[in-house]
Amino acid sequence: MDGNESVGIDTTGGAGPAAETGAPGSGVSGSGALGSGVSRRRFMVYSLAAATLTVAAPLGCDSDTAEGTEPARAAADVLVTGTDDEMLVLEVTEANRIVVRLPRVELGQGITTAVAMMIAEELDARLADVDIPLADARTKGNQSTGGSNSVSSLYGPARQLAATARARLVTAAARRWHVPAWSLRTSETTVIAPDGRTATYGSLTRSAAGIRRTSVSAKPKPAARHKVIGRPTGRIDARDIVTGKARYAGDLDVAGAGPTVVARPPTLGGKLVSVDDRAARAMDGVRAVVKVPGGVAVVADTFHHAFQARDALKVKWAPGPLAALSDAAIRSRLRAAVPRPGPAPHGSKQVEGEFEFAFVSHAPMEVLTAVADVRADRAELWFSSQTPMDARDGIASAVGLRASQVKVHVMRGGGSFGRRLNFDAAIEAALISKAAKQPVKLMWSRNDDMRHGRMRPASHHRIRASHADGRVVAFTHATASVNESYGKQGAANQAVYVRPARAASARPLAAPLPSDSGLYNFGRLSGDSGGVDLAMPLGAWRSVDSGTVRTAEEIMVDEIAGALGVDPVAFRRTTLRSKAVRAVLDKVAAAGSWGAPLPAGHGQGVAVHEEYGSCVACLVEIDGSDPKKPRVTKVVMAADVGTVVNPRGLEAQLMGAATDGISTVLTAGLHIDRGAVREGSYKDFQWARQRNAPLHFEAHIMPSKGDPGGAGELGVPAASGAVANAYARATGLKPRRFPLNF
Amino acid sequence: MPSYSFTLNGKSVTVEAPADMPLLWVLRDLLHVTGPKYGCGVGVCRACTSHLDGAEIQPCVVKVKDCADREVTTIEGLADGDGLHPVQQAWIDCDVSQCGFCQPGQIMAAAALLKKTPHPTDDDIDAIENVCRCGTYARIREAINRAAKEITP
Repeated sequence: MDGNESVGIDTTGGAGPAAETGAPGSGVSGSGALGSGVSRRRFMVYSLAAATLTVAAPLGCDSDTAEGTEPARAAADVLVTGTDDEMLVLEVTEANRIVVRLPRVELGQGITTAVAMMIAEELDARLADVDIPLADARTKGNQSTGGSNSVSSLYGPARQLAATARARLVTAAARRWHVPAWSLRTSETTVIAPDGRTATYGSLTRSAAGIRRTSVSAKPKPAARHKVIGRPTGRIDARDIVTGKARYAGDLDVAGAGPTVVARPPTLGGKLVSVDDRAARAMDGVRAVVKVPGGVAVVADTFHHAFQARDALKVKWAPGPLAALSDAAIRSRLRAAVPRPGPAPHGSKQVEGEFEFAFVSHAPMEVLTAVADVRADRAELWFSSQTPMDARDGIASAVGLRASQVKVHVMRGGGSFGRRLNFDAAIEAALISKAAKQPVKLMWSRNDDMRHGRMRPASHHRIRASHADGRVVAFTHATASVNESYGKQGAANQAVYVRPARAASARPLAAPLPSDSGLYNFGRLSGDSGGVDLAMPLGAWRSVDSGTVRTAEEIMVDEIAGALGVDPVAFRRTTLRSKAVRAVLDKVAAAGSWGAPLPAGHGQGVAVHEEYGSCVACLVEIDGSDPKKPRVTKVVMAADVGTVVNPRGLEAQLMGAATDGISTVLTAGLHIDRGAVREGSYKDFQWARQRNAPLHFEAHIMPSKGDPGGAGELGVPAASGAVANAYARATGLKPRRFPLNF
Repeated sequence: MPSYSFTLNGKSVTVEAPADMPLLWVLRDLLHVTGPKYGCGVGVCRACTSHLDGAEIQPCVVKVKDCADREVTTIEGLADGDGLHPVQQAWIDCDVSQCGFCQPGQIMAAAALLKKTPHPTDDDIDAIENVCRCGTYARIREAINRAAKEITP
């Protein structure tokens, strides 16, 4: 059968989803299975023609959005049905492995572990029997990783997929043993009969492949029966990581791929005038020297030879377009670009603040790395990417091939924080491979990473709260941030990424607070934003605009409370709109002993945030006795993210967000000095080390039966706000320009 | 091209390499031992941290000529066969890793610390310079304390 049939179920009793048929020859066959997800979502499952049990669930078919999420979230869910290319595919192998090829990337956020848990739960498989390889770039569907939406977009389809597979395996066992299917149970990747007979899933997979109509329900378990989902679980790749076996792009041994580095200009966007590469070419171990838009590439036998030859190039550079520009000028242009707010309500008093945030590097531990093998009629690449489909199109267009001729293998990433939404290095690697006529393993040096972007844009914020009779009657927040713009100068080397809806922070500019109504009952809310266009490589940075916008607002909330003579926690409790946010605030206030006596020079701070269908609160204690060297001593966080798949993974994400807050508020930023980034490594890009991390960290997870929300980026604004507020209370200084010690 | 012999994870190896070639690239590009990671090339991020004669080094700033006839241990050689080193086990038990890229270096730094200082204080742990961009520091601290108790109860 060429087409496919599908049946969706709608637990509300409404019509099922429009069942689209796949294209002829799509390789999809068989029937759909019935199932339901959380709340009113609908999920379909298809069978794929294969000798072993192979089922597939389209992603992004759920039409209802999670409660409380902003409209931008729905836009990220692209409706896809049809070929296996767009689906989450589960295969049960004869070796008793459950293999699910995931159209997302693992960057440390733990999505492979979370998906393995969903699958193990519904399949009654051992977690250790589940493999989650990353899918190659596809031609259709939604393969982007961003906007903290992986768990929420996979939770329904993944569980339905596994529940369907389980029903077929049980049905196959019932037929084999001639017993009623209802009498069988499943545990540890095995079907068990009442008389004690057992059959592994692997031994049943061939017969289960032919089963269309199941004799037991394929409905996912109710949450009350969850044994894996909700249980704190260690990462499935933990052993590989601690033994050095985990492979990143740079660890691949692709035949003939020559280690490659690029000589780059000292300034942002500087241009090559001339290069004398005779000395470099004559050096041992040098295979090729080629020009690319970003500079001059050296392909060699080892990275040592590549670096040495790069340093032997005699290059003349023309300064980039920003060569006259330094931080002070950028800051004043931003200040001037902030729109003026309207008049304050008549008779009100004002609390005002202006906040400045410096550029911040993503600085993932693994620098951008891409292996590329570009031939006349095809190309194959290996790199870590949050947007492999866009990357493939970009690479194809850069090297003059059709997208169908380009194969992209998605590798795990050594961190990202938004950096791998862009695929600059992959395009560059492809261009070098094409020009050098050989496979290359391109690595950006740490200098390249710090000095040539990307970075979180610098921004300026002007906030005014108007109060009368002890309450806030109007709140206005106007911002300006740097926008990446190359004008007419062209930017052939810049793979400008089209952000997915969520990652682009599609929040209406006129409403800087992250929900329609605002987090607080602050009367009339207004906002506006301006921008300064600069030819700089920028990028979405974990939590995107919220990392600055909401941090500034949480500082203002403390200052408003101060002006009104109210305790910051008490003030938030009486002005927060949402019960859920109040609950996480109460949690950290109680667990973190808000208001407890502290030594002189120490202080506490709190902040809250709501986004991605989730909310979070953070309490920080800081030793600010030396304001130039503050130490965060304690962090207590509480999060409500709806149903939690892996509490241990969520805690890890909150811990990481706390480190982001500590780093970006206190020490980590980039200086722009006459058109160049001054920082060149972690020596001067002052990311937190162990001595800057809290001695005590705890995270509390609120019980919830709600749909899973987002968590990966959630904690950043609350942590940043709490660090700044704790600093203010410890030192008596008003935090205004970030990072504070820069 | 000069040739250098040293012991790598218990086995004798010989490489032909320029004298000033950093050990990191000897390991990664010539010997295909990829546990030690490049993160900066200047000994700052410490993602490549390994051991030379049992003491912590950053192979990105150690020349191969200075390793001749000595013992190099990378993350691949820390475990005793299939049995993990207590620090590796503590890393799993505390679920320290996120992206994992810095963790081979973190583990090697922790193992070297515990060898010198079996019961490290908070200040001893604070002195570890290895960068973890994911921010797993609290779990690193927990894992080091756990491993310390395991190694020297």
